[in-house]
Amino acid sequence: MLVSFGARLSEPANRAALAFGAAVERENWTWVEECATSLVSACLCFDPLGVSHETVRAHLSRLLQTRDWYAAPLPGGRRFWRIPTVYDPALAPQLPEAAAAAGLTRGQAVQALSRTRVRVQAIGFAPGQPYLGELDPDWDIPRQRTLTDRVPEGALTVAIRQLVLFAVSAPTGWRHVGQTAFRPFRPEADDPFVLRPGDEVLFERTDREKLSAMQEDPDGGAIAAAIP
Amino acid sequence: MTRDLLVRKAGPGVSVQDTGRPGHLGLGLSRGGAVDRLALAEGAALLGQDIACAVLEMAGIGGTFEAGADMRIALTGAPMRATIDGTPIAWNASHLLPAGAPLTIGAVEAGSYGYLHLGGGIDGPAWLGARSAHLAAGIGRTVQAGDRLPVGPDAAPGAVGMRLPASARFDGGTVRVVPSLQTDFFSPAQRARLESTAFRRDNRGSRMGIRLTGQDTVFHTEAGLRLLSEVVLPGDIQITGDGTPFVLLAECQTTGGYPRICAVLPCDLPIVAQAPPGALLRFRFVTLDEGVAAESRARDHIAGLRKTLTPLIRDPHEIRDLLGLQLISGVTAGDDLEG
Repeated sequence: MLVSFGARLSEPANRAALAFGAAVERENWTWVEECATSLVSACLCFDPLGVSHETVRAHLSRLLQTRDWYAAPLPGGRRFWRIPTVYDPALAPQLPEAAAAAGLTRGQAVQALSRTRVRVQAIGFAPGQPYLGELDPDWDIPRQRTLTDRVPEGALTVAIRQLVLFAVSAPTGWRHVGQTAFRPFRPEADDPFVLRPGDEVLFERTDREKLSAMQEDPDGGAIAAAIP
Repeated sequence: MTRDLLVRKAGPGVSVQDTGRPGHLGLGLSRGGAVDRLALAEGAALLGQDIACAVLEMAGIGGTFEAGADMRIALTGAPMRATIDGTPIAWNASHLLPAGAPLTIGAVEAGSYGYLHLGGGIDGPAWLGARSAHLAAGIGRTVQAGDRLPVGPDAAPGAVGMRLPASARFDGGTVRVVPSLQTDFFSPAQRARLESTAFRRDNRGSRMGIRLTGQDTVFHTEAGLRLLSEVVLPGDIQITGDGTPFVLLAECQTTGGYPRICAVLPCDLPIVAQAPPGALLRFRFVTLDEGVAAESRARDHIAGLRKTLTPLIRDPHEIRDLLGLQLISGVTAGDDLEG
Protein backbone atom coordinates (compact mmCIF):
# COMPACT_ATOMS: atom_id res chain seq x y z
CA MET A 1 0.00 0.00 0.00
CA LEU A 2 1.32 3.40 -0.99
CA VAL A 3 0.86 6.64 0.97
CA SER A 4 1.58 9.53 -1.36
CA PHE A 5 2.09 13.16 -0.30
CA GLY A 6 1.77 14.74 -3.74
CA ALA A 7 1.57 14.10 -7.47
CA ARG A 8 4.53 16.41 -8.03
CA LEU A 9 7.85 16.58 -6.28
CA SER A 10 8.15 19.33 -3.70
CA GLU A 11 10.40 19.87 -0.73
CA PRO A 12 7.56 19.54 1.84
CA ALA A 13 6.16 16.41 0.16
CA ASN A 14 9.60 14.79 0.22
CA ARG A 15 10.07 15.66 3.90
CA ALA A 16 6.57 14.35 4.68
CA ALA A 17 7.31 11.04 2.97
CA LEU A 18 10.61 10.57 4.83
CA ALA A 19 9.08 11.47 8.21
CA PHE A 20 6.01 9.29 7.66
CA GLY A 21 8.14 6.31 6.63
CA ALA A 22 10.24 6.73 9.79
CA ALA A 23 7.05 6.95 11.88
CA VAL A 24 5.74 3.69 10.36
CA GLU A 25 9.03 1.99 11.36
CA ARG A 26 8.61 3.33 14.92
CA GLU A 27 5.11 1.87 15.18
CA ASN A 28 6.65 -1.63 14.90
CA TRP A 29 3.45 -3.09 13.46
CA THR A 30 4.07 -6.83 13.33
CA TRP A 31 2.42 -7.22 9.92
CA VAL A 32 4.74 -4.76 8.13
CA GLU A 33 7.11 -6.80 6.00
CA GLU A 34 8.93 -3.79 4.65
CA CYS A 35 8.50 -0.01 4.47
CA ALA A 36 10.33 2.03 1.85
CA THR A 37 10.16 5.73 1.17
CA SER A 38 10.52 7.16 -2.31
CA LEU A 39 10.43 10.80 -3.49
CA VAL A 40 6.98 11.77 -2.21
CA SER A 41 5.56 8.56 -0.76
CA ALA A 42 5.97 5.69 1.64
CA CYS A 43 5.35 2.14 0.41
CA LEU A 44 4.26 -0.56 2.84
CA CYS A 45 4.61 -4.23 2.00
CA PHE A 46 2.46 -6.70 3.94
CA ASP A 47 0.97 -10.15 3.52
CA PRO A 48 -2.72 -9.66 2.58
CA LEU A 49 -3.48 -13.13 3.96
CA GLY A 50 -2.15 -12.09 7.37
CA VAL A 51 -3.77 -8.64 7.59
CA SER A 52 -6.55 -7.20 5.45
CA HIS A 53 -6.15 -4.18 3.18
CA GLU A 54 -8.90 -2.53 5.24
CA THR A 55 -6.99 -2.91 8.51
CA VAL A 56 -3.79 -1.59 6.96
CA ARG A 57 -5.64 1.40 5.52
CA ALA A 58 -7.21 2.15 8.92
CA HIS A 59 -3.86 2.05 10.74
CA LEU A 60 -2.25 4.29 8.15
CA SER A 61 -5.14 6.78 8.20
CA ARG A 62 -4.91 7.02 11.97
CA LEU A 63 -1.15 7.63 11.86
CA LEU A 64 -1.60 10.22 9.10
CA GLN A 65 -3.90 12.25 11.33
CA THR A 66 -1.45 12.49 14.22
CA ARG A 67 0.46 15.48 12.83
CA ASP A 68 1.14 17.81 9.90
CA TRP A 69 3.63 15.67 8.01
CA TYR A 70 4.47 18.48 5.54
CA ALA A 71 5.90 20.45 8.48
CA ALA A 72 8.03 17.52 9.72
CA PRO A 73 11.78 18.08 10.13
CA LEU A 74 14.38 16.35 7.95
CA PRO A 75 15.96 13.13 9.26
CA GLY A 76 18.79 13.52 11.81
CA GLY A 77 22.46 12.60 11.22
CA ARG A 78 22.59 14.17 7.78
CA ARG A 79 25.89 14.76 5.95
CA PHE A 80 27.11 17.22 3.31
CA TRP A 81 29.12 15.59 0.49
CA ARG A 82 31.34 17.38 -2.01
CA ILE A 83 31.78 15.00 -4.95
CA PRO A 84 34.31 15.91 -7.68
CA THR A 85 32.67 15.69 -11.11
CA VAL A 86 33.96 16.00 -14.66
CA TYR A 87 31.63 17.95 -16.97
CA ASP A 88 33.23 17.09 -20.29
CA PRO A 89 31.44 15.56 -23.29
CA ALA A 90 34.33 13.08 -23.63
CA LEU A 91 33.15 11.42 -20.38
CA ALA A 92 29.57 12.70 -20.29
CA PRO A 93 28.40 12.66 -23.90
CA GLN A 94 24.91 14.07 -23.36
CA LEU A 95 25.97 17.31 -21.67
CA PRO A 96 25.49 19.38 -24.88
CA GLU A 97 22.01 18.02 -25.67
CA ALA A 98 20.87 18.32 -22.04
CA ALA A 99 22.09 21.95 -21.93
CA ALA A 100 20.21 22.65 -25.17
CA ALA A 101 17.05 21.03 -23.78
CA ALA A 102 17.34 23.27 -20.70
CA GLY A 103 17.81 26.32 -22.96
CA LEU A 104 21.32 26.99 -21.64
CA THR A 105 24.77 27.24 -23.15
CA ARG A 106 27.12 24.45 -22.17
CA GLY A 107 28.99 26.85 -19.86
CA GLN A 108 25.82 27.97 -18.14
CA ALA A 109 24.73 24.35 -17.73
CA VAL A 110 28.02 23.40 -16.06
CA GLN A 111 27.81 26.45 -13.79
CA ALA A 112 24.30 25.51 -12.74
CA LEU A 113 25.01 21.82 -12.14
CA SER A 114 28.31 22.35 -10.32
CA ARG A 115 27.07 25.13 -8.00
CA THR A 116 23.64 23.87 -6.96
CA ARG A 117 23.66 22.20 -3.58
CA VAL A 118 21.13 19.36 -3.99
CA ARG A 119 19.59 17.00 -1.47
CA VAL A 120 19.18 13.21 -1.56
CA GLN A 121 15.41 12.88 -1.86
CA ALA A 122 15.27 9.12 -2.23
CA ILE A 123 17.48 6.08 -2.74
CA GLY A 124 16.24 3.82 -5.46
CA PHE A 125 16.39 2.01 -8.78
CA ALA A 126 19.72 0.34 -7.90
CA PRO A 127 21.34 -0.28 -4.48
CA GLY A 128 22.43 2.98 -2.82
CA GLN A 129 21.56 5.06 -5.90
CA PRO A 130 20.43 8.60 -5.02
CA TYR A 131 17.80 10.80 -6.62
CA LEU A 132 18.80 14.39 -5.88
CA GLY A 133 17.12 17.75 -6.25
CA GLU A 134 15.79 20.13 -6.82
CA LEU A 135 17.37 21.89 -9.80
CA ASP A 136 16.12 25.20 -11.23
CA PRO A 137 12.97 25.08 -13.43
CA ASP A 138 15.17 25.25 -16.59
CA TRP A 139 16.00 21.62 -15.91
CA ASP A 140 12.43 20.37 -16.13
CA ILE A 141 13.39 18.30 -19.16
CA PRO A 142 11.71 14.95 -19.93
CA ARG A 143 13.45 11.61 -19.97
CA GLN A 144 14.50 10.30 -23.37
CA ARG A 145 11.96 8.29 -25.30
CA THR A 146 14.62 5.75 -26.23
CA LEU A 147 16.96 4.41 -23.57
CA THR A 148 20.69 5.01 -23.59
CA ASP A 149 22.21 1.53 -23.86
CA ARG A 150 24.39 1.92 -20.79
CA VAL A 151 25.86 4.65 -18.58
CA PRO A 152 28.87 3.76 -16.41
CA GLU A 153 28.95 3.51 -12.62
CA GLY A 154 29.41 7.00 -11.15
CA ALA A 155 27.54 8.67 -14.03
CA LEU A 156 25.68 11.87 -13.14
CA THR A 157 22.42 12.09 -15.10
CA VAL A 158 19.59 14.59 -15.34
CA ALA A 159 15.82 14.82 -16.04
CA ILE A 160 12.74 16.52 -14.53
CA ARG A 161 14.74 18.90 -12.25
CA GLN A 162 16.53 15.96 -10.65
CA LEU A 163 19.93 14.34 -10.75
CA VAL A 164 20.63 10.62 -10.45
CA LEU A 165 24.12 9.39 -9.60
CA PHE A 166 24.39 5.85 -10.99
CA ALA A 167 25.45 3.14 -8.52
CA VAL A 168 25.71 0.50 -11.25
CA SER A 169 26.24 0.52 -14.98
CA ALA A 170 22.74 0.43 -16.46
CA PRO A 171 20.53 1.43 -19.38
CA THR A 172 18.58 4.62 -18.70
CA GLY A 173 16.29 7.29 -20.08
CA TRP A 174 18.17 9.98 -18.11
CA ARG A 175 20.82 12.10 -19.87
CA HIS A 176 24.47 11.60 -18.91
CA VAL A 177 25.90 15.06 -18.08
CA GLY A 178 28.77 14.40 -15.66
CA GLN A 179 31.11 11.67 -14.47
CA THR A 180 32.33 10.99 -10.93
CA ALA A 181 34.56 8.36 -9.30
CA PHE A 182 32.06 7.97 -6.45
CA ARG A 183 30.57 4.56 -5.64
CA PRO A 184 27.22 4.94 -3.82
CA PHE A 185 27.01 1.14 -3.30
CA ARG A 186 29.92 -0.78 -1.73
CA PRO A 187 28.96 -4.42 -1.13
CA GLU A 188 32.34 -5.09 0.54
CA ALA A 189 31.92 -2.35 3.17
CA ASP A 190 30.34 -2.59 6.64
CA ASP A 191 27.72 -0.12 5.51
CA PRO A 192 27.20 -0.89 1.81
CA PHE A 193 24.77 2.01 1.32
CA VAL A 194 26.80 5.24 1.53
CA LEU A 195 24.22 8.00 1.05
CA ARG A 196 20.96 8.45 2.97
CA PRO A 197 17.84 10.49 2.19
CA GLY A 198 18.39 13.98 3.58
CA ASP A 199 22.14 14.10 2.83
CA GLU A 200 23.22 17.09 0.72
CA VAL A 201 25.61 17.01 -2.22
CA LEU A 202 27.57 19.50 -4.30
CA PHE A 203 28.88 18.05 -7.59
CA GLU A 204 32.01 20.24 -7.75
CA ARG A 205 33.72 20.64 -11.09
CA THR A 206 37.05 18.93 -11.60
CA ASP A 207 39.06 17.84 -14.66
CA ARG A 208 39.73 14.44 -16.23
CA GLU A 209 43.31 14.15 -14.92
CA LYS A 210 42.29 14.82 -11.33
CA LEU A 211 39.35 12.42 -11.63
CA SER A 212 41.46 9.54 -12.88
CA ALA A 213 43.79 10.12 -9.89
CA MET A 214 40.72 9.83 -7.63
CA GLN A 215 39.69 6.41 -8.96
CA GLU A 216 41.89 4.76 -6.32
CA ASP A 217 40.25 6.61 -3.42
CA PRO A 218 37.35 4.62 -1.87
CA ASP A 219 35.30 7.84 -1.80
CA GLY A 220 36.31 8.91 -5.32
CA GLY A 221 37.79 12.15 -3.96
CA ALA A 222 34.58 13.06 -2.14
CA ILE A 223 34.63 14.81 1.23
CA ALA A 224 31.82 14.48 3.77
CA ALA A 225 30.97 16.68 6.75
CA ALA A 226 28.18 16.37 9.31
CA ILE A 227 25.30 18.80 8.91
CA PRO A 228 24.65 20.28 12.36
CA MET B 1 34.70 -36.78 1.57
CA THR B 2 33.72 -33.17 1.38
CA ARG B 3 30.12 -32.17 1.41
CA ASP B 4 30.23 -29.93 -1.61
CA LEU B 5 29.12 -29.80 -5.22
CA LEU B 6 31.83 -29.42 -7.82
CA VAL B 7 30.78 -27.55 -10.95
CA ARG B 8 32.41 -29.25 -13.96
CA LYS B 9 30.51 -27.23 -16.53
CA ALA B 10 27.85 -24.52 -16.21
CA GLY B 11 25.51 -22.76 -18.60
CA PRO B 12 25.74 -18.95 -18.75
CA GLY B 13 22.78 -18.33 -16.43
CA VAL B 14 23.38 -20.64 -13.48
CA SER B 15 23.31 -18.90 -10.09
CA VAL B 16 22.74 -19.61 -6.40
CA GLN B 17 19.24 -18.46 -5.39
CA ASP B 18 16.95 -18.57 -2.38
CA THR B 19 13.94 -16.60 -1.15
CA GLY B 20 15.90 -13.36 -1.49
CA ARG B 21 16.72 -10.40 0.73
CA PRO B 22 13.65 -8.44 1.79
CA GLY B 23 13.98 -5.25 3.84
CA HIS B 24 16.24 -3.07 1.68
CA LEU B 25 13.76 -1.68 -0.82
CA GLY B 26 14.22 1.83 0.62
CA LEU B 27 17.96 1.58 0.03
CA GLY B 28 17.55 0.60 -3.59
CA LEU B 29 18.03 -3.16 -3.28
CA SER B 30 15.18 -5.32 -4.57
CA ARG B 31 14.45 -8.61 -2.88
CA GLY B 32 15.84 -10.82 -5.66
CA GLY B 33 15.89 -14.58 -5.10
CA ALA B 34 14.50 -17.30 -7.36
CA VAL B 35 12.29 -15.97 -10.17
CA ASP B 36 9.99 -19.01 -9.80
CA ARG B 37 9.13 -19.10 -6.08
CA LEU B 38 6.79 -22.07 -6.60
CA ALA B 39 9.76 -24.15 -7.79
CA LEU B 40 11.50 -23.38 -4.46
CA ALA B 41 8.46 -24.68 -2.58
CA GLU B 42 8.29 -27.80 -4.76
CA GLY B 43 11.97 -28.60 -4.16
CA ALA B 44 11.54 -28.05 -0.42
CA ALA B 45 8.57 -30.45 -0.42
CA LEU B 46 10.46 -33.10 -2.40
CA LEU B 47 13.39 -33.04 0.03
CA GLY B 48 11.30 -32.38 3.14
CA GLN B 49 13.29 -29.29 4.04
CA ASP B 50 12.86 -25.56 4.54
CA ILE B 51 11.98 -23.32 1.60
CA ALA B 52 14.82 -21.00 2.67
CA CYS B 53 17.48 -23.55 1.56
CA ALA B 54 19.62 -22.12 -1.24
CA VAL B 55 19.42 -23.84 -4.64
CA LEU B 56 20.91 -23.57 -8.11
CA GLU B 57 18.77 -21.69 -10.61
CA MET B 58 19.54 -22.60 -14.22
CA ALA B 59 18.40 -20.25 -16.98
CA GLY B 60 17.83 -22.17 -20.21
CA ILE B 61 20.58 -24.72 -19.70
CA GLY B 62 22.11 -26.53 -16.72
CA GLY B 63 25.59 -27.99 -16.50
CA THR B 64 27.60 -30.91 -15.22
CA PHE B 65 28.01 -31.35 -11.49
CA GLU B 66 29.72 -33.81 -9.18
CA ALA B 67 29.07 -34.37 -5.48
CA GLY B 68 31.98 -34.68 -3.04
CA ALA B 69 29.82 -36.98 -0.87
CA ASP B 70 26.57 -38.87 -1.40
CA MET B 71 23.77 -36.35 -1.35
CA ARG B 72 20.10 -35.98 -2.11
CA ILE B 73 18.97 -33.82 -4.98
CA ALA B 74 15.65 -32.69 -6.40
CA LEU B 75 14.89 -31.14 -9.77
CA THR B 76 12.04 -28.67 -10.27
CA GLY B 77 10.93 -25.78 -12.48
CA ALA B 78 11.41 -25.88 -16.24
CA PRO B 79 11.98 -29.54 -17.23
CA MET B 80 15.47 -30.21 -18.56
CA ARG B 81 17.05 -33.45 -19.75
CA ALA B 82 19.00 -34.83 -16.80
CA THR B 83 21.18 -37.88 -16.25
CA ILE B 84 23.25 -39.37 -13.43
CA ASP B 85 26.18 -41.36 -14.77
CA GLY B 86 24.50 -41.42 -18.16
CA THR B 87 21.16 -42.80 -16.94
CA PRO B 88 18.15 -40.50 -17.44
CA ILE B 89 16.43 -39.36 -14.25
CA ALA B 90 12.94 -37.96 -13.75
CA TRP B 91 12.26 -34.23 -13.42
CA ASN B 92 10.08 -32.96 -10.56
CA ALA B 93 11.49 -35.73 -8.40
CA SER B 94 14.10 -36.45 -5.73
CA HIS B 95 17.13 -38.68 -6.30
CA LEU B 96 20.33 -39.84 -4.66
CA LEU B 97 23.43 -38.36 -6.26
CA PRO B 98 26.29 -40.72 -5.35
CA ALA B 99 29.70 -39.17 -4.65
CA GLY B 100 31.72 -38.77 -7.85
CA ALA B 101 28.86 -39.62 -10.26
CA PRO B 102 28.42 -36.96 -12.93
CA LEU B 103 25.04 -35.22 -12.87
CA THR B 104 24.39 -33.69 -16.28
CA ILE B 105 21.56 -31.26 -16.84
CA GLY B 106 20.92 -30.14 -20.41
CA ALA B 107 18.71 -27.56 -22.10
CA VAL B 108 15.11 -26.78 -21.16
CA GLU B 109 12.43 -28.84 -22.88
CA ALA B 110 9.81 -26.22 -21.92
CA GLY B 111 9.86 -23.11 -19.75
CA SER B 112 12.90 -21.01 -18.90
CA TYR B 113 14.30 -21.69 -15.42
CA GLY B 114 15.14 -25.13 -13.98
CA TYR B 115 16.17 -25.67 -10.35
CA LEU B 116 18.61 -28.07 -8.72
CA HIS B 117 17.94 -28.53 -4.99
CA LEU B 118 20.42 -30.20 -2.63
CA GLY B 119 19.65 -31.99 0.63
CA GLY B 120 20.71 -29.46 3.29
CA GLY B 121 20.79 -26.62 0.78
CA ILE B 122 23.78 -24.72 -0.57
CA ASP B 123 25.76 -23.38 2.38
CA GLY B 124 28.46 -20.74 2.63
CA PRO B 125 28.52 -17.13 3.78
CA ALA B 126 25.34 -15.10 3.62
CA TRP B 127 25.32 -11.39 2.72
CA LEU B 128 22.59 -9.23 4.27
CA GLY B 129 20.80 -12.39 5.36
CA ALA B 130 20.74 -14.35 2.09
CA ARG B 131 23.00 -16.40 -0.18
CA SER B 132 21.33 -15.52 -3.46
CA ALA B 133 23.26 -13.79 -6.20
CA HIS B 134 21.69 -10.45 -7.20
CA LEU B 135 23.24 -10.13 -10.63
CA ALA B 136 21.77 -6.70 -11.45
CA ALA B 137 23.13 -5.25 -8.19
CA GLY B 138 26.52 -6.88 -8.60
CA ILE B 139 26.07 -9.11 -5.52
CA GLY B 140 27.64 -12.48 -6.16
CA ARG B 141 28.02 -13.79 -9.71
CA THR B 142 26.92 -16.64 -11.92
CA VAL B 143 28.29 -20.09 -11.11
CA GLN B 144 31.37 -21.01 -13.16
CA ALA B 145 33.15 -24.26 -14.06
CA GLY B 146 35.57 -25.11 -11.26
CA ASP B 147 33.42 -23.64 -8.46
CA ARG B 148 32.93 -25.78 -5.38
CA LEU B 149 29.65 -25.03 -3.64
CA PRO B 150 29.51 -26.06 0.02
CA VAL B 151 26.37 -28.03 0.90
CA GLY B 152 24.80 -27.92 4.38
CA PRO B 153 24.13 -30.96 6.60
CA ASP B 154 21.11 -32.96 5.46
CA ALA B 155 18.45 -33.68 8.09
CA ALA B 156 16.95 -36.66 6.20
CA PRO B 157 19.76 -38.21 4.16
CA GLY B 158 17.86 -41.34 3.01
CA ALA B 159 14.57 -39.96 1.74
CA VAL B 160 14.65 -39.94 -2.07
CA GLY B 161 12.69 -41.42 -4.95
CA MET B 162 9.61 -39.23 -4.65
CA ARG B 163 7.89 -37.21 -7.34
CA LEU B 164 5.46 -34.31 -7.47
CA PRO B 165 2.78 -33.80 -10.10
CA ALA B 166 4.12 -31.08 -12.40
CA SER B 167 2.24 -27.80 -12.03
CA ALA B 168 1.79 -26.47 -15.58
CA ARG B 169 3.43 -23.08 -16.08
CA PHE B 170 6.04 -23.64 -18.76
CA ASP B 171 4.37 -22.51 -21.96
CA GLY B 172 2.79 -19.14 -21.19
CA GLY B 173 -0.96 -18.86 -20.65
CA THR B 174 -3.40 -16.48 -19.00
CA VAL B 175 -2.12 -14.44 -16.10
CA ARG B 176 -4.31 -12.59 -13.59
CA VAL B 177 -3.55 -8.93 -12.89
CA VAL B 178 -4.94 -6.35 -10.46
CA PRO B 179 -5.25 -2.59 -10.99
CA SER B 180 -2.40 -0.66 -9.38
CA LEU B 181 -1.75 2.98 -8.50
CA GLN B 182 -1.26 4.18 -12.08
CA THR B 183 -3.82 2.03 -13.89
CA ASP B 184 -6.13 5.06 -14.18
CA PHE B 185 -3.50 6.87 -16.28
CA PHE B 186 -4.54 4.51 -19.09
CA SER B 187 -7.86 4.93 -20.87
CA PRO B 188 -10.51 2.18 -20.58
CA ALA B 189 -9.81 1.36 -24.25
CA GLN B 190 -6.10 0.82 -23.53
CA ARG B 191 -6.93 -1.37 -20.54
CA ALA B 192 -9.38 -3.39 -22.61
CA ARG B 193 -6.72 -3.84 -25.28
CA LEU B 194 -4.32 -5.16 -22.66
CA GLU B 195 -6.84 -7.91 -21.92
CA SER B 196 -7.67 -8.71 -25.54
CA THR B 197 -4.09 -8.85 -26.82
CA ALA B 198 -2.11 -12.06 -27.22
CA PHE B 199 1.42 -11.04 -26.26
CA ARG B 200 4.56 -12.92 -27.03
CA ARG B 201 7.42 -13.16 -24.60
CA ASP B 202 10.30 -11.40 -26.35
CA ASN B 203 13.78 -12.90 -26.61
CA ARG B 204 14.95 -10.04 -24.42
CA GLY B 205 14.45 -11.06 -20.84
CA SER B 206 16.42 -11.60 -17.68
CA ARG B 207 15.97 -12.00 -13.95
CA MET B 208 15.03 -8.29 -13.94
CA GLY B 209 12.02 -8.73 -16.18
CA ILE B 210 10.71 -9.69 -19.58
CA ARG B 211 9.60 -7.66 -22.54
CA LEU B 212 6.32 -8.35 -24.34
CA THR B 213 5.85 -8.03 -28.07
CA GLY B 214 3.16 -8.73 -30.62
CA GLN B 215 0.84 -6.92 -32.99
CA ASP B 216 -0.77 -3.78 -31.65
CA THR B 217 1.14 -3.98 -28.38
CA VAL B 218 2.07 -0.31 -28.02
CA PHE B 219 0.39 1.47 -25.10
CA HIS B 220 0.37 5.16 -24.31
CA THR B 221 -0.50 7.49 -21.51
CA GLU B 222 -0.28 11.26 -21.35
CA ALA B 223 1.60 11.02 -18.05
CA GLY B 224 4.44 9.59 -20.12
CA LEU B 225 7.99 10.76 -19.69
CA ARG B 226 7.68 13.30 -16.89
CA LEU B 227 6.23 11.02 -14.24
CA LEU B 228 7.91 11.03 -10.83
CA SER B 229 9.89 7.88 -10.11
CA GLU B 230 7.97 5.69 -7.69
CA VAL B 231 8.51 2.34 -5.94
CA VAL B 232 8.12 -0.66 -8.26
CA LEU B 233 7.82 -4.31 -7.29
CA PRO B 234 8.09 -7.68 -9.05
CA GLY B 235 4.90 -8.30 -11.02
CA ASP B 236 4.38 -4.67 -12.01
CA ILE B 237 3.78 -4.20 -15.75
CA GLN B 238 5.59 -1.04 -16.85
CA ILE B 239 4.96 0.70 -20.15
CA THR B 240 8.41 1.87 -21.26
CA GLY B 241 9.07 5.03 -23.28
CA ASP B 242 8.38 3.43 -26.66
CA GLY B 243 5.04 2.02 -25.39
CA THR B 244 6.22 -1.57 -24.92
CA PRO B 245 5.00 -3.49 -21.85
CA PHE B 246 7.66 -4.92 -19.56
CA VAL B 247 6.85 -7.32 -16.69
CA LEU B 248 9.19 -6.89 -13.72
CA LEU B 249 10.66 -9.96 -12.02
CA ALA B 250 12.62 -10.76 -8.83
CA GLU B 251 15.72 -8.74 -9.63
CA CYS B 252 13.96 -5.61 -10.87
CA GLN B 253 14.96 -2.06 -10.02
CA THR B 254 13.30 -0.64 -6.87
CA THR B 255 11.93 2.57 -8.40
CA GLY B 256 10.82 3.42 -11.88
CA GLY B 257 9.50 6.42 -13.72
CA TYR B 258 7.57 4.60 -16.41
CA PRO B 259 3.82 4.28 -15.79
CA ARG B 260 2.49 0.92 -14.66
CA ILE B 261 -0.70 -0.36 -16.20
CA CYS B 262 -1.32 -3.17 -13.64
CA ALA B 263 0.34 -5.75 -11.41
CA VAL B 264 0.54 -9.53 -11.88
CA LEU B 265 -0.66 -11.60 -8.90
CA PRO B 266 2.39 -13.06 -7.10
CA CYS B 267 0.91 -16.57 -7.48
CA ASP B 268 0.75 -16.16 -11.29
CA LEU B 269 4.20 -14.61 -11.65
CA PRO B 270 5.91 -18.01 -12.17
CA ILE B 271 3.89 -18.35 -15.42
CA VAL B 272 5.45 -15.10 -16.67
CA ALA B 273 8.95 -15.93 -15.43
CA GLN B 274 8.85 -19.39 -16.99
CA ALA B 275 7.32 -18.41 -20.35
CA PRO B 276 9.98 -19.26 -22.93
CA PRO B 277 10.78 -16.78 -25.73
CA GLY B 278 7.88 -16.77 -28.20
CA ALA B 279 5.31 -18.17 -25.75
CA LEU B 280 1.88 -16.50 -25.70
CA LEU B 281 0.82 -14.59 -22.62
CA ARG B 282 -2.61 -13.07 -21.96
CA PHE B 283 -3.68 -10.85 -19.08
CA ARG B 284 -7.00 -10.78 -17.25
CA PHE B 285 -7.99 -8.12 -14.70
CA VAL B 286 -9.40 -9.43 -11.40
CA THR B 287 -10.52 -7.40 -8.40
CA LEU B 288 -8.37 -7.02 -5.31
CA ASP B 289 -10.66 -9.43 -3.41
CA GLU B 290 -10.42 -12.02 -6.19
CA GLY B 291 -6.65 -11.54 -6.15
CA VAL B 292 -6.40 -12.12 -2.41
CA ALA B 293 -8.61 -15.23 -2.73
CA ALA B 294 -6.35 -16.56 -5.51
CA GLU B 295 -3.27 -15.98 -3.33
CA SER B 296 -4.95 -17.83 -0.49
CA ARG B 297 -5.67 -20.85 -2.73
CA ALA B 298 -2.06 -20.78 -4.00
CA ARG B 299 -0.79 -20.73 -0.40
CA ASP B 300 -3.00 -23.75 0.41
CA HIS B 301 -1.63 -25.56 -2.63
CA ILE B 302 1.95 -24.97 -1.43
CA ALA B 303 1.08 -26.05 2.12
CA GLY B 304 -0.38 -29.29 0.73
CA LEU B 305 2.50 -30.13 -1.65
CA ARG B 306 4.00 -32.79 0.60
CA LYS B 307 0.72 -34.69 0.59
CA THR B 308 0.85 -34.96 -3.20
CA LEU B 309 4.23 -36.71 -3.25
CA THR B 310 4.14 -40.17 -4.79
CA PRO B 311 6.90 -42.80 -4.94
CA LEU B 312 8.88 -42.57 -8.15
CA ILE B 313 9.07 -46.38 -8.45
CA ARG B 314 5.60 -46.57 -9.95
CA ASP B 315 7.07 -45.90 -13.35
CA PRO B 316 9.72 -48.52 -14.17
CA HIS B 317 10.96 -46.39 -17.10
CA GLU B 318 12.36 -43.87 -14.68
CA ILE B 319 14.12 -46.18 -12.26
CA ARG B 320 17.86 -45.85 -12.51
CA ASP B 321 19.70 -49.15 -12.99
CA LEU B 322 16.47 -51.10 -13.34
CA LEU B 323 18.25 -54.07 -14.85
CA GLY B 324 20.77 -54.13 -12.05
CA LEU B 325 18.09 -54.53 -9.39
CA GLN B 326 17.04 -57.84 -7.96
CA LEU B 327 13.43 -57.78 -9.04
CA ILE B 328 12.50 -61.42 -8.69
CA SER B 329 13.26 -62.57 -5.21
CA GLY B 330 10.86 -60.33 -3.45
CA VAL B 331 10.80 -57.32 -1.26
CA THR B 332 13.06 -54.31 -0.89
CA ALA B 333 12.64 -51.38 1.43
CA GLY B 334 11.77 -49.17 -1.52
CA ASP B 335 14.21 -46.46 -0.69
CA ASP B 336 17.20 -48.43 -1.95
CA LEU B 337 15.86 -48.70 -5.48
CA GLU B 338 17.58 -45.53 -6.51
CA GLY B 339 20.88 -47.33 -6.21
